[in-house]
Amino acid sequence: MNGLGIIKGMIETARNFAGSYHDPQRLTTVQYPEQKLPPVENARTIPFLVFDGDEAMAGLRCTACVICEKECPPQCIYIVKDQVKKPDYVGKMQMQPKVFDIDISVCMSCGICVEVCPFDAIKMDQVFELSTGDRFGKLLLDKHQLAKPNDYFVKIHKTEAGEIDVRREEDKLKAEAAAAAKAAAPKPPATPGAAK
Amino acid sequence: MSAGAISSELAEPAAEHQLLEVSLGPQHPSTHGVFRMDVSLDGEVVVKLKPVFGYLHRNHEKIAEKCSYLGSIPYTDRLDYICSLTNNWAYAMTVEKLAGLVAPERAEYIRVMLSELTRLINHSALAGFLLQDMGALGTPLMYAFREREKILDLFESLTGARMMCNYMRFGGCRCDLPPGWIEQTRSLVANFPSFLDEFEALLTGNEILLARTEGVGVLSKELAVNAGVTGPMLRATGVNYDIRKVDAYGVYGRFSFRVPLGERGDVFDRYMIRILEMRESLKILEQALRDIPAGPIIDPKAKLRNLRPKPGEAYGRIEGPKGELGFYLISDGGPNPYRYRIRPPSLINLTILEDMCLGQTIADAVVILGSVDIVLGEVDR
Repeated sequence: MNGLGIIKGMIETARNFAGSYHDPQRLTTVQYPEQKLPPVENARTIPFLVFDGDEAMAGLRCTACVICEKECPPQCIYIVKDQVKKPDYVGKMQMQPKVFDIDISVCMSCGICVEVCPFDAIKMDQVFELSTGDRFGKLLLDKHQLAKPNDYFVKIHKTEAGEIDVRREEDKLKAEAAAAAKAAAPKPPATPGAAK
Repeated sequence: MSAGAISSELAEPAAEHQLLEVSLGPQHPSTHGVFRMDVSLDGEVVVKLKPVFGYLHRNHEKIAEKCSYLGSIPYTDRLDYICSLTNNWAYAMTVEKLAGLVAPERAEYIRVMLSELTRLINHSALAGFLLQDMGALGTPLMYAFREREKILDLFESLTGARMMCNYMRFGGCRCDLPPGWIEQTRSLVANFPSFLDEFEALLTGNEILLARTEGVGVLSKELAVNAGVTGPMLRATGVNYDIRKVDAYGVYGRFSFRVPLGERGDVFDRYMIRILEMRESLKILEQALRDIPAGPIIDPKAKLRNLRPKPGEAYGRIEGPKGELGFYLISDGGPNPYRYRIRPPSLINLTILEDMCLGQTIADAVVILGSVDIVLGEVDR
């Protein structure tokens, strides 16, 4: 019969309409500004720089190796190396960035900087609602604006940050053991037999 | 001009053979992006149609020739932005051929699952948009997008992004599945057929849909083959050609699934093929979710940075949701490809648009364009 298909379709629409009052499968709308979904652990938006301890610039993990600057596909990272070195978490002297700018209006949130960083220094943030009228003040971020504590990183990417923290702790212990061995090692040749 | 001149123009005999030229697009909701059709109309009937594109040209191929092999993966996401993961796969596969890398089995299973999920997204979105072009404003598209959101949630929990996934790497995948992902996908796959049944009850028997699609935009087998049309467009004409079967790339050889074929090659067949393909995709997903092995997800030989494949060339192709998506790379031994070329299914399927539209009404031309399934990000690159 002509029109039967339309009636069948209408029944389907009515079922969906009625279902939207009680079936969570059919009512998926989130009233966004008032209501927000919990963030997903893997979600990524823009990069930030991780620092350890309380002092942001002293604890910055970045060693200004410029790998991320070279690999960044849209070329949104700009780094200038500092002449002054600073000790890293195992006490080794490392370079540090004098300038570290990310133009987040150019950044395409691909996360390649994170993937290539050998120092776990740059990670992806989960902030959004970044729109602003101030192009250079709010979207061209310098290292002070980019630096965020490790606690924040642990908060947003729990699994990944946990693994990194364990690895860094091991490295630290190894470095301390090596330093202790080194401190102890030169002595035996100076006073042979004293070790016994 | 005097009033007399105007009235004399109006008084001319009705122009029977005077054609009306209409520029449809580029900012027109039915053109699926920034695409323009220069249409010559005789009354309501299309007598000439010229597709005009290039409004979304981003110089993708040239940029990729200046980028490292790793750096162009995020750009491939932006080709066909509805199916970023299949684009990733086609590119990763080509670099693997070029550099002699082999993806581990688990990575291949993950790729199959993701690309079938992508196919579900693409086909459900296409069905929704096609119906919108026919005048079913909102409702089917809303239902289709509701299901799409659920799949995008899975993508987000795995890759970190809903659309620009940037997930596959040459030699494997970027990260392993998060805990609980397989179970979530399994429940999605279990619930998806009920959505398809609902969608079909809503539309497939609908008399208006049948009147608007049956016998409209018929594409003959010969023309489709000669023009190099691939994907659901080709199969709707009855040609049994699916690269998943022909090449059996990845681990597709291990799954049992059927390739739906059309008979007449009209818009209805093209719509129906997509619905049937979604059902077959669900079968593949069920098998892949059951059989996925444990193990590494990336080839230990794969070097993401400073990859310098030996001089040579490679062509990799996959069955994307829109058709044969191919990448052609030439390496001269440097850190970036010497030549980088994409075979975009959308563009090549679009070349026969005029042949399908001639003799149809202008309203049908919109529906025919909708059934071709184009994404301008891929057409213009």
